[in-house]
Amino acid sequence: MIEFKDVSKRFGHTVALDNFDITFAKGKITGLFGPNGSGKSTSMKMIAGLNRPDKGEVTLGGLQPQESKISIAYLPEIDYFYPWMTIKQAAGFLQAFYADWDEAKYKDLLGFLRLEEGMKIAKISKGQRAKAKLLLTVSRRAPYLLMDEPLSGIDVLTREEIINTLIRDYREGEQTIIFSTHEIAEIESLVDDVVFIEAGQVKLAGSAEDLRINKGMSLLEIMKEEFRNAN
Amino acid sequence: MQFNTSQPIYKQIINDYKKLLIRKELKKGDKIMSQREYAEMASVNPNTVQRAYREMENMNLVETLRGQGTFISVSDEQLDEIKTEMARDLINHFIGEMQSLGFGDKDIINIVQTQLSDREGGSF
Repeated sequence: MIEFKDVSKRFGHTVALDNFDITFAKGKITGLFGPNGSGKSTSMKMIAGLNRPDKGEVTLGGLQPQESKISIAYLPEIDYFYPWMTIKQAAGFLQAFYADWDEAKYKDLLGFLRLEEGMKIAKISKGQRAKAKLLLTVSRRAPYLLMDEPLSGIDVLTREEIINTLIRDYREGEQTIIFSTHEIAEIESLVDDVVFIEAGQVKLAGSAEDLRINKGMSLLEIMKEEFRNAN
Repeated sequence: MQFNTSQPIYKQIINDYKKLLIRKELKKGDKIMSQREYAEMASVNPNTVQRAYREMENMNLVETLRGQGTFISVSDEQLDEIKTEMARDLINHFIGEMQSLGFGDKDIINIVQTQLSDREGGSF
């Protein structure tokens, strides 16, 4: 379980999170949706312990993010690996750092995603790089998996492969996954719960199936309605 | 598999199985896909599949045998009920749409009869 208790964060004059108050359930896949600059990346970084709240508190299973780093696999929106590295070198790097690295899973996913260990991260296509990032993130058996825009700028077929990888790999009940994206239509059937965020606040949150039952709309339609009403 | 994302997905999974039963593509005693296989095949959240399977167990459509898998366990009476229920849902949907277009009961019956006899004549 990941809890935000009335968290606020500013960067200069910009309010990134404004009394953001939400619980991400253990063992579920939650989609974090919202427009650019709504606070998605800031909240993910906060869970990963890469920035701290000005006010309020973030906890993971009762622990501070800084105490939980080894339990978190975080896929940031930016490319974080050294470009001169091959996939194999980057994997070796992570393997040395994290005890939960699963070599068998890594080899299996490598084949499934049609990647090769000798590929240089700087030299591969954008789609392959996205798959490599995913491979390196989910090859750890981390209880918390945070993915910031893993589908952004990726072609439809690769998006499908990424989504199928997540489903194939997901361990029911054990893993808590947060996934942020603009491509809401693509992950309608992937998420248990959804959180719509706007201007650093929770706009709407709940179970995806309950929202469909109550509103008779898809998540995409619900999001459009929510954000249209706001403007 | 394509889901209608404005409807709950677990219900669509159950309805898919009901259709397979009505069409006799699945019969009592047949083994169905494991939850994980279904999730991967349909690209759907494993928790959603779990909810659908659990509900089908509660409805006695399927039973899960430890270590062996999930099997169709529907009775003949139940199958008849499901068939009637599905037909009723389809008809009610149709009637509702027709009424919203202003068709009265007699018009609806007439148009259904005309269409049915056209089809029998092989003109569709």
